[in-house]
Amino acid sequence: MAVYKVKVFDKQGVFDAVGQGVLRDIRDLGIESAKEARFAFLYYLSGDIDETVVRRIAEELLIDKITQEYSIESSHRQMAGCRHGRQEPKAENRELIEVAYNSGVMDPVEESLLKAVSDMGISGLNSARTARQYILEGSLSDRELKIISEKLLYNKVIQHIVKSTVHSPQSTALSQGGYKFKLLTIDLLKASDKKLCQISRQGQLFLNLSEMRQIRDYFKKLGRKPTDVELETIAQTWSEHCRHKTFRGKIEYVEEIRNPKSEIRNKPKTQNPKPKTKIINNLLKSTIMKVTKELNKPWCVSVFEDNSGVIKFDDEYNICFKVETHNHPSALEPFGGANTGIGGVIRDPMGTGLGAKPIFNTDVFCFGPPDYPQGKLSRGVLHPKRVAKGVVSGVRDYGNKMGIPTINGAVLFDPGYIANPLVCCGTAGILPKDKSFKKVSRGDLIVVAGGRTGRDGIHGATFSSGELTEKSEEISGGAVQIGNPITEKKVLEALLQARDKNLYSAITDCGAGGLSSAVGEMGEKLGARVDLEKVPLKYQGLSYAEIWISEAQERMVLAVPKENIDELLELCAGENVEAVVIGEFSGTKKLELFYQGNKVGNLDTDFMHNGLPRTIKKAVWKQLRYQEPDFNCPQDLTETLKKLLGHYNISSKEWVIRQYDHEVQGGSVLRPLVGIANDGPSDAAIVKPRLETDRGVIVSCGINFKFGLIDPYWMAASSIDEALRQIIAVGGSLKEAALLDNFCWGNPDKPDRLGSLVRAALGCYKIAKGFGTPFISGKDSLYNEYSVEGKSQAIPGTLLISAIAVMDDVTQAVSMDAKKEGNLIYVIGDTFDELGGSHYFDILGFIGNNVPKVDVKRAKLLMERVSLASRRSLIRAAHDCSEGGLAVALAEMAFAGGLGMEIFLSEVPYRTVHSPQSIVHSKRNDTILFSESNSRFIVEVEKKKQKEFEKLMRGVSCGLIGCVSEKRYFKVYGLDNKPCVEADIYDLKESWQKPLRWG
Amino acid sequence: MARPKVLVLRAAGTNCDMETAFAFSRAGAVVERVHINQLKSRAKELSRYQILALPGGFSYGDDLAAGKILANELKYTLADALRDFIKNGKLIIGICNGFQILVKAGLLPGNSNSEQEVTLTINDSGKFEDRWTYLKSPQSTVHSPQIKCVWISGLSEVIYLPVAHGEGKFMAKDKAVLERLENNGQVVLRYCDEKGNPAQYPDNPNGSENAIAGLSDETGRIFGLMPHPERHSFGWQNPRWTRQGLKKEGDGLLIFRNGVEYARKLI
Repeated sequence: MAVYKVKVFDKQGVFDAVGQGVLRDIRDLGIESAKEARFAFLYYLSGDIDETVVRRIAEELLIDKITQEYSIESSHRQMAGCRHGRQEPKAENRELIEVAYNSGVMDPVEESLLKAVSDMGISGLNSARTARQYILEGSLSDRELKIISEKLLYNKVIQHIVKSTVHSPQSTALSQGGYKFKLLTIDLLKASDKKLCQISRQGQLFLNLSEMRQIRDYFKKLGRKPTDVELETIAQTWSEHCRHKTFRGKIEYVEEIRNPKSEIRNKPKTQNPKPKTKIINNLLKSTIMKVTKELNKPWCVSVFEDNSGVIKFDDEYNICFKVETHNHPSALEPFGGANTGIGGVIRDPMGTGLGAKPIFNTDVFCFGPPDYPQGKLSRGVLHPKRVAKGVVSGVRDYGNKMGIPTINGAVLFDPGYIANPLVCCGTAGILPKDKSFKKVSRGDLIVVAGGRTGRDGIHGATFSSGELTEKSEEISGGAVQIGNPITEKKVLEALLQARDKNLYSAITDCGAGGLSSAVGEMGEKLGARVDLEKVPLKYQGLSYAEIWISEAQERMVLAVPKENIDELLELCAGENVEAVVIGEFSGTKKLELFYQGNKVGNLDTDFMHNGLPRTIKKAVWKQLRYQEPDFNCPQDLTETLKKLLGHYNISSKEWVIRQYDHEVQGGSVLRPLVGIANDGPSDAAIVKPRLETDRGVIVSCGINFKFGLIDPYWMAASSIDEALRQIIAVGGSLKEAALLDNFCWGNPDKPDRLGSLVRAALGCYKIAKGFGTPFISGKDSLYNEYSVEGKSQAIPGTLLISAIAVMDDVTQAVSMDAKKEGNLIYVIGDTFDELGGSHYFDILGFIGNNVPKVDVKRAKLLMERVSLASRRSLIRAAHDCSEGGLAVALAEMAFAGGLGMEIFLSEVPYRTVHSPQSIVHSKRNDTILFSESNSRFIVEVEKKKQKEFEKLMRGVSCGLIGCVSEKRYFKVYGLDNKPCVEADIYDLKESWQKPLRWG
Repeated sequence: MARPKVLVLRAAGTNCDMETAFAFSRAGAVVERVHINQLKSRAKELSRYQILALPGGFSYGDDLAAGKILANELKYTLADALRDFIKNGKLIIGICNGFQILVKAGLLPGNSNSEQEVTLTINDSGKFEDRWTYLKSPQSTVHSPQIKCVWISGLSEVIYLPVAHGEGKFMAKDKAVLERLENNGQVVLRYCDEKGNPAQYPDNPNGSENAIAGLSDETGRIFGLMPHPERHSFGWQNPRWTRQGLKKEGDGLLIFRNGVEYARKLI
């Protein structure tokens, strides 16, 4: 059998965009000696084919005749002087670096290429692997080449550098050996505590001692040793990732607040001079879910039950929404981690009810600073800029290829996220009202549809339930995968048709934990029998246990009534979707696993789902005091404003947003970028999931990790307030608004981490309840810690609040860009002396203490008024005040609209004292401009609507602070009525756009 | 009035089929979304339709190159049906990935042996970009030759449509091909600035030669374009409607209506 290596490269004179991008990135690494970078694709074709056939494939398929040419080498002989292409001549100062996927990593191009070759009527091609070649010119040292390769060109978790040969690089199809069945059991019946811990650790089970004891006792009762697959199943079912042991367990919580008289507004319950221990029985039920239960909204259709939260959209349809995190995998392999992260969360709506059609994606990322010095990074940690670029590419690739608009998100930077980036991806879907619930029946067949199963993603669920270390990439590299969005897209098309024909009775996605988790959950009440050898494999060699726990992507599990099976399989075949019956929901209340007729597992579903011993964890929240800055307010704050606009957290994210398709499906009413040049920062996005009606869905997010350093309670309050005020700013209302939570924290086994998490959850309860907005879904990602040489560093506890709201009439949407000169500018809501955790303090190097709070009663009233004003068409533009305060919000409105503004700070409604705990300063320009107080809007109103608007605002804080001016000049008069900010709006815009304008 | 039938072709990775179908039905057509397997198995017959629409997306993941694998599949498995369809004077539109497919299958700009003469390749920026572009169709210029493209008649001088692609840079095989296309009046959509003047990046979002955004064959019945007219068929799809006021329909709808009106005569 012959192996041919076809190299495809650009013709001379054709602009090599990829090569140029690589060159830019090399320069970014500080390596100036690279003069030129070029890029070539390599295809390794093997099978019973001859050179003529290979040439045909190359000419008709592999090259673009207009721009590219090719050369061929074969395993028989080097084909020198190839007619159709130039061989890369060996030359001084030229380096060839070839990067290929590791064995076992899915190469998405292979399947497509084989299909195309077969369309051409060519047979005999057995496998096609791809690789990338980088041709670097310049006198590069070995050290520089190593840096370029490792930091830029490949990631050893999924790729390797190929030594120059013609042999196919680690072909998945050929190099895997067969698998011979052998039943493995684990001897833990007589294991000591020490031995139990060792079994857990060595097997990467991430189970603690009491859990291991429980398992031992269960099998003692059965009188037999567990098989490997049984132990894996239990470990995975009981993982933090799947069971949320922390949130559902028992917590002993102690709160130590420095000033006992604090929290005048929204008092948390515990406030004693001597800290008392409070027992929290189930944090989730006593905070997040409690809001929903107590509010009991009739439009909440299915909450905290299914793969995503479901609310009512209109009389025929419901909307569902889920936000997931994929932090650990993204730390190791940013592209693949984010790629499968978004791919995974898309499957949540697909697996909700009887399947929803995805209507939008959201993404929120937290990275280390992009300019962090390479040399200061710990071993095993990728540079933040590489992580950021990889993550964005991963989301772009999957979201765009699925045809789902990515319309909302946030990107934040802080040194706390260097080793543990946060990657939160969300997807909403629409589903018919009568398809919103599932029910597995006894006798239903278990069908797995979509991608094949490989060795990818083994131990993902358990891996994410532990801390990262410098060795994670070696130990847990298998937990990282790259996705194939087209496979998932095919599955989606087939499922929606099958759903509408009522061909199946239940569906769920194969996510973390693979088949084990999906079948386990679906069969929780009935039990299931599975024949593991029936699962389609990517390649031979997988053991029964690997098949069962593999987290290979793009798979869905269905429960199909026997009478529908033929029609379902036929429908799937018509969409080129592989679907296979692997078992049956049995009614035995046992999970029975077979491999080639051998029983390899037999567990009671009751033990799997209810046998987990409850954990008791200790939690302590101690309030910290930070240094309070002491300086005089500068007269001119123009430069400060520019600096703030250029703060990574505030600056334009256009570089990211443009790479996402935010128009596909045609329903985008308000996009992430708005204004006269389509580049201003929208507060929230609006989509119309049904093009034929005027109803829409608004989505927004709130995230304020800095406030959590001071007080997680107020961080939670601020995040909820922020997400909701964005809904209001774009013309929405609180009436049918719902929330999602994503808690990303450090190791919850450490009392200080857990304490701050508990305090944030308490804030969630109070504030969400106060606003009347239920939580409908959520997810926690704990263990976001990185340890090097035993020293562990946690991320700042970070709460992401996503909000979704139904809008009756999208034609009432309001965008944030200033519209017309002469219009009036109001600020609604009080500004407080609340610079604690602000970006102003951040650029001065302080954290401070006066964290922004929320007076939820007043905030709600104010939001309802602003919402009413939009519905009455009194508002031309509205922008929420958040990062950078009034100054940033005003400047953004001005330059997004291409118009100037004149603003008078003396007219801003201002209150000094928020609570007795606050540190009182005098009223000053910088405080008014940069305080990040919550519950504030800037609103633009036409003069002719002034009276009507002001009448409507009676009873809420509202100040007429200036107007839109025709000159492209942004001018703010301070409390002394002298200018304190004066700038051309295009200078301000440049300050805002420049920092993240990456190539 | 008779309603023409439109076949919106689907394959693995197609993703603008719904909104394209929706735009055609608003323009007065009867639309069916048909999977390529249904054509190959002859469960559906191409000859029963008057318009074939190849919508946007990432057919087969755009593996190898954008549109390449579906173009190859059309060439090898549906060549006869396509040839008859074209010979019978029917219409084809390819939007974004559909345009890439038409070009790579040699159907645009079109010649007797379906040789590929032009391409749509990686954007000069090296990445996928979603942005709104101004486009000019040449019937408004005095010196332009006879334009035959039936899809663009009556468009206002400058229209506004979004692009969303990573491989949209138009390149011809050589100067001769480019000149032929220009002289034949086959260049029917060009990126421009707000006032209709020649465009630089980002107005020309991908670095296309002669700022070419859309192309027709010699008959004017086969039309391919990188921008998405189906994403601006309603007024509220305009990204600046909150500034400029809500128009009843978007700039792109006329393209679909033109096709449908022409196709009525073919029924």
